[in-house]
Amino acid sequence: MDNLDQLLKDAQTAFAAAADVNALEQAKAVFLGKSGSLTELLKGLGKLDPEARKSAGAAINRTKSAVEQALEARREALRNAQLEAQLAAEALDVTLPGRGRGRGGLHPVVRTQERFETLFRSIGFEVADGPEIEEDWFNFTALNTPDNHPARSMHDTFYIEGAKDVLLRTHTSPVQIRTMQAHAARHRDAATMPELRIIAPGRVYRVDSDATHSPMFHQVEGLWVGEDISLAALKGVIIDFLQRFFETDALQVRFRPSFFPFTEPSAEIDFAFMSGPNKGRWLEIAGCGMVHPNVLRNGGIDPARYTGFAFGMGLDRLTMLRYGVNDLRLFFENDLRFLAQFQD
Amino acid sequence: MQFSESWLRALCNPAMDSEALCHLLTMAGLEVEEVEPVAPPFTGVVVARILSFEKHPDADKLKVCRVDVGQGEPLQIVCGAPNVVAGMKAPCAIVGARLPGFAIKAARLRGVESAGMMCSADELGMSQDHDGLLVLPDDAPVGANLREYLALDDRKITIKLTPNRADCLSLVGVARELAALTGTAAQLVEPREVAVSHAQQREVRLESPEACPRYLGRVFTNVNARASTPDWMKARLERCGVRAISAVVDITNYVMLELGQPLHAFDDARLQGPIRVRLARAGDGITLLNGQQLSPVAGTLLISDDTGPLALAGIMGGEHSGVTDDTTRVFLESAFFAPDAIVGRARELGFSSDASHRFERGVDFELAARAMARASQLLVDICGAAAGPVVEAVSSAHLPQRAGVDFRPARARKVLGFDVSDAVMRASLERLGMRVEGEGAALRVTPPSYRFDIAIEEDLIEEVARVYGYDNIEPLPPKAPVTMLPSTETLRPVHRARRQLAGLDYQEIISYAFVEAAWERDFAGNENPVRLANPIASQMSVMRSTLLGGLVGALNTNLRRRANRVRLFEVGRCFAPDAAQAPVQAASQPVRVAGLAWGLAEPEQWGLASRKVDFFDVKRDVELLLGRSATFCAAKHPGLHPGRSAEIRRDGALVGYMGELHPALVQRYDLGSAPVAFELELDAVLAAGVPAFAELPRHPAVQRDLAIVVANRVTADELLRVLRAAGGSVVRGIELFDVYAGKGVAPEHKSIALRATLQHPDRTLEEAEIDNAMRALVSAAERELGGQLRA
Repeated sequence: MDNLDQLLKDAQTAFAAAADVNALEQAKAVFLGKSGSLTELLKGLGKLDPEARKSAGAAINRTKSAVEQALEARREALRNAQLEAQLAAEALDVTLPGRGRGRGGLHPVVRTQERFETLFRSIGFEVADGPEIEEDWFNFTALNTPDNHPARSMHDTFYIEGAKDVLLRTHTSPVQIRTMQAHAARHRDAATMPELRIIAPGRVYRVDSDATHSPMFHQVEGLWVGEDISLAALKGVIIDFLQRFFETDALQVRFRPSFFPFTEPSAEIDFAFMSGPNKGRWLEIAGCGMVHPNVLRNGGIDPARYTGFAFGMGLDRLTMLRYGVNDLRLFFENDLRFLAQFQD
Repeated sequence: MQFSESWLRALCNPAMDSEALCHLLTMAGLEVEEVEPVAPPFTGVVVARILSFEKHPDADKLKVCRVDVGQGEPLQIVCGAPNVVAGMKAPCAIVGARLPGFAIKAARLRGVESAGMMCSADELGMSQDHDGLLVLPDDAPVGANLREYLALDDRKITIKLTPNRADCLSLVGVARELAALTGTAAQLVEPREVAVSHAQQREVRLESPEACPRYLGRVFTNVNARASTPDWMKARLERCGVRAISAVVDITNYVMLELGQPLHAFDDARLQGPIRVRLARAGDGITLLNGQQLSPVAGTLLISDDTGPLALAGIMGGEHSGVTDDTTRVFLESAFFAPDAIVGRARELGFSSDASHRFERGVDFELAARAMARASQLLVDICGAAAGPVVEAVSSAHLPQRAGVDFRPARARKVLGFDVSDAVMRASLERLGMRVEGEGAALRVTPPSYRFDIAIEEDLIEEVARVYGYDNIEPLPPKAPVTMLPSTETLRPVHRARRQLAGLDYQEIISYAFVEAAWERDFAGNENPVRLANPIASQMSVMRSTLLGGLVGALNTNLRRRANRVRLFEVGRCFAPDAAQAPVQAASQPVRVAGLAWGLAEPEQWGLASRKVDFFDVKRDVELLLGRSATFCAAKHPGLHPGRSAEIRRDGALVGYMGELHPALVQRYDLGSAPVAFELELDAVLAAGVPAFAELPRHPAVQRDLAIVVANRVTADELLRVLRAAGGSVVRGIELFDVYAGKGVAPEHKSIALRATLQHPDRTLEEAEIDNAMRALVSAAERELGGQLRA
């Protein structure tokens, strides 16, 4: 029996020493081959008497199966080592850059416009649009700004050659008139006209060009007309918007009386951050007010029954304040080094 | 409008500091733009008299002065100023004084003791004038604190007035407002009438009473035009930003600033006959005080006499009839000119005057007499003038009317959205000088003659809110019926298309809608664009009919900055050439989406061979934008390579074009290599279908490849159309997967490799059916396009 134990030990040692599959097969032959030591022992059983053969046979078979197990275990270990080596050889430098197409992005002012639309849509404002080459009547007269009104000199206007009273709109306010007219016509037969809530973002034009003025820039108009619209509601909406847009409640907002021909009462809105580089500075952000009765009338809406508020903000200015851009002209130079800073 | 705070406080002095006062004005709609102290802080500076001086023993430019500062013994002070004169009065900073930036100590200057410093205006931070000591008047009290003596604890306040508040274009106007806002009493200047000391007068004729319904004139004799303007008046004028000129002119300016009534002084000796206030006629000509010569256009209101025009009424006087140092007789005008008669006139002439600024916004039509009295008083006091009787020409019917405006407190509460009592509203209006009549639900409110901006109830509502304070209005979350907004599946939001383009590696730009005419010619073949009548520059003079120019312009900008790969897009309005005729019809102002790709197809990177972007790279992007139903066919476009451009249609309608930029333009715009560009109608890009479900097939599909050789002129599209038509019901799809020309294919021919998918809806296809179908495809290609199955 000692022989068998020794034999198993020898086999285990020999298998462990086999560095690869070939060496292992050779080692296997020494113990389990045709003339392997275990095979020889089994052959020798015939010489024993039946009693002894039975017990010796059982012992040899136990050893044989233990040797076979050791062999299989070694095979498995060698297979694993080979796989490991293969995987190691296949390893990548995962820090190399990803491959494929680059990415573009939205213009920062459009990014602001989209956020603006999202916020106002969430309280039921639809997005409206209007022409940029506009009639004088929609741009001025209908907005309670007749010829020679001093307020006209507040807007230096581009006119279209060869067309009488046709201009590039100086603000997005003409969209108010067009939308009110369409709304009033659509609901002409209704007992009560449904509320009108719109915002109108877009490009506007004034004869002005320096570090803080561009001859083309962006405004967004807001309009809410209904039976119960008040100045206090206007304040509520604007303050809500500024807090959501700048994502902070740490804002001071003030409304001060102002003058626009198309609103009465009128207000200018200033706000101030309570932290950051602009902390404590009052920044003009919008003009607003209750829609002037003449304007409602020009929009086909009865001012005795309905009231409304309107506001106008500069999208470029909102963008500058939001992202800390210090020069308006950057928005229109289309320098990719600037624009790429606003990619998602 | 700029004014001195101390002058304002002399009229109305509420118990609040400067900062609070400015805040109050701003929050009442008189926006304070700038506050500038008259002098920076300093202490220990007194009025001093230089008793005598002698030259410094060891310095040529220094003087050793004996100075009386009102402290008993004179002080010895060394001074370098060039204008030192014995007996003069000037400011002296005594030992212990603190000036802007430094303190005064007893010192030795080149060995001589100096017990203080004589000061220039510059050293006190009051002006840039450092030519010498600030010379003080002879009657300045020696020893007096300079700040008190010159009232230097004052600030220059500039307010930005909205066009409706012309009533605040004067000290009295601002004081009146301040009194209403704070409830403080105001002293609003009630001049005493001067004695009439002679009977000379000049007749006034109102020949255009609707433009000038009131005109007061007065003749002054014995005027000493060389009298010097008193220092207090000079100081006030200067602190209001008005330069002192001569006594008579200063007095008219002073009264205008104080009361808001523009006045004009004529040299009476140069006038002939009655004053006629009339409209310009052909042949009228005038040289203005600013030297401008002009023939007033019809409709211009003039002051004239028998010899012709003397002044543009309410705008500017004429050179010939103006007051000079030699003037001894003055004809003073104090009039009301209607805003409509004045508005825009000065601007047309290219200037603005203090008078026109006020008249075009509205001057109190009841103010002329008070202003005349005030100016008379000053002319008598300062210039020793003798006043004649006031001649007033008035056409009451043409004076502005102040009709009562209905005011319903309940409506005010509804519009404002906050609760304020009837009594508070009434008191607010009364404090603003309005006459309030009636009781209860409907009041009648009459605005004062100086307010030109109160015509309807809303105007009064604003006044109530102003006095109450906009800041005191509690913001309300608005209430509205909750309804959903439409969200149309067949129309994508424009921002989704933008994000799709950004995802396809295009950067959005925004370019000007006005471009140079050459861009329109080059990129759209547009010789007749919509032109601006008043462009700011020639390269921004026409409205674009294509976005292409702006994209190429932006490409150029970035190439100059050495970009090596540029992919841009823009969403914007274009303006068809007929937009000027039918200007505001949507069809003539379409919104388009355009893009451009230049340089490498992919960013330069490891493991990927670099190649230039080509037509088909961009075509793929366009297909993704438009969906599969878009078709492309060769077409010419003025800005594109004639063999490499396509028009794009969907459902038969033209929706845009794409292609390589024309080689001539690549060269002209110095682009190095050709960008590939596209331009599409936004509506087409946003249109989308609603997906429709189809039953999934139950039997397996078979695929068969074939390659057909056709002549080069046969397009892929033609071949696919022929094959799809010939395929019959079992050929479910045919896709092109390769194009080959060269060895093994005849010259001028190409081999197009296709994969057909065959399937029967109800059963598995037999081999013979498949073969038949494939044979039908080949024979259709042979028959209709002269194609051949590639061996």
